[in-house]
Amino acid sequence: MALTTKPNIADADGFYAKLLATHRGLSEAQSHALNARLVLILSNHIGDADVLEAALALARDGA
Amino acid sequence: MAYDYQPFDYVPPPGLNGPEARHKVAIIGAGPIGLAMAIELANHGVPAVVLDDNNVVSVGSRAICWSKRSLEILDRLGVGEQSVTKGVTWKVGRTFHRAQEVFNFDLLPEDGHKMPAFVNLQQYYVEEYLVERARALGIDLRWKNKIVAVDPRADHAVLTVETPDGSYALEADWVIACDGARSPVRGMLGLDFEGELFEERFLIADIQMEADFPSERWFWFEPDFHTGQSALLHKQPDNIYRIDLQLGWDTDPEVEKQPERIIPRIERVVGHKNFTLDWTSIYTFQCRRLRNFVHGPVLFVGDSAHIVSPFGARGGNGGLQDVDALGWRLAAVVKGAQEADILAGYDRERVFGADENLLNSSRSTRFMSPEDGVERLFRDAVLHLASRVDFARPMVNSGRLSRPCVYPLIAPDADLPKGARPGAVAPDAPVAEGWLLNALGGEFVVLALGADAPAVPGARSLSPKVNDHLQSRYLGQANSAIYLIRPDQIVAARWLSASGDEIAAAMQAAWGA
Repeated sequence: MALTTKPNIADADGFYAKLLATHRGLSEAQSHALNARLVLILSNHIGDADVLEAALALARDGA
Repeated sequence: MAYDYQPFDYVPPPGLNGPEARHKVAIIGAGPIGLAMAIELANHGVPAVVLDDNNVVSVGSRAICWSKRSLEILDRLGVGEQSVTKGVTWKVGRTFHRAQEVFNFDLLPEDGHKMPAFVNLQQYYVEEYLVERARALGIDLRWKNKIVAVDPRADHAVLTVETPDGSYALEADWVIACDGARSPVRGMLGLDFEGELFEERFLIADIQMEADFPSERWFWFEPDFHTGQSALLHKQPDNIYRIDLQLGWDTDPEVEKQPERIIPRIERVVGHKNFTLDWTSIYTFQCRRLRNFVHGPVLFVGDSAHIVSPFGARGGNGGLQDVDALGWRLAAVVKGAQEADILAGYDRERVFGADENLLNSSRSTRFMSPEDGVERLFRDAVLHLASRVDFARPMVNSGRLSRPCVYPLIAPDADLPKGARPGAVAPDAPVAEGWLLNALGGEFVVLALGADAPAVPGARSLSPKVNDHLQSRYLGQANSAIYLIRPDQIVAARWLSASGDEIAAAMQAAWGA
């Protein structure tokens, strides 16, 4: 299975707004922790090792 | 300035010499919304007096992006073709991060519409055309007539009006406040906006230059010529270009508005000194509205009722949709054909429309001007990814441009194309006589396609010959359908087949909606 990099979220603006709203009111440290949990939750949902590896590499690119 | 401002004549109003008979409708503000409102009412046979504290069209280009829906409304008011001819037609927007294009959109990918997706035209031209049209219709335009007091009564309102020759009282059954974002009428009634104020400042500069930028909307995040901020370039007629530059909240607007500060910034955008400054302004972002737009005999329309941050072209365009939603209803009330409580439909629909505009504008503003911390973190992550992978590109938000909302109507519906569902603007299409939208509006229309139109009292029938555009926009897989279209060209109800009684019932419900 390959990593999906084509748009896959029907309402991208709505999702983005919800993502920010989830963080509202948190300190920077709390937001970092939330993001870490979110990465772990979504990684578990994906499961596939090849996909996760491709995602890690893409996120690292240009860092 | 590039535009030749011609002051309008102040004429001492009759009210200075004795009481005037009570007017049906007084419109406060002769901006694009007030003028459009007066013409819309005149087209419905309702006279209005228009009062404005100034005597000239908009100073500066101000609203420049007129949407397809606005052009359709302006066309019904008699100035649409003129506006398109003079304006710069465009439909493509490109968004850059630094020097790389990361997102683009095409707003009207299909043909068979009279009006283009967008036309850029300075607000002063639109006002000039509307004034000309209003005069031709004999509308009572009163320049240098400033409202200093509003006294709402049970079934009318009393205005105190100041003129160069003194003040007078003017009574009207209905007062429509089209007096803009800082609406004095709103203040006089003790009403206030609710919503968000963003800590961000943008500089608008209109420059005049000979250049051959394409007729596209270009938006940059963090361009090399304006480090760390955003910028927009957009073409207008007469070799005028609109440039918007994000300044940040820490800058001093009084300092930034000095030409010696502005000119070097513009030089960095266009890469040369060969331009003249035509108009500049500095603005903050607000996304706020009145809780309700109907307050007894006083009705709020346009920026007086709601304001949004720019970049979605949702201010002037939202205002024209207000005009569209109010005109037919108020005209019926003034003529005694309907009770005043149908104006609740205006309030409900335009609050809904305003909220959609506010939602989209707030989201764009957050993306352009993220708060420090996690908002900026995600914004920068999206921009970083957008240059590498497709999925992040639709998340890049440099403004989602005005489209008419679809009102949430409870009305008869059938398995027919989604774009023409109840609550939506009836889609345009070519017909033998010209354009479908030119044949709709003003009154209820029973549009029968592939079928005979049942006779319905109070509605006009229309049965154009079905062509490919009508088939795809109105019929889909069906062979025939009946549509009921409101006077504001909104689809009220539709059926595969319907009796005259069913249509009449839907029409009755639409008046109440």
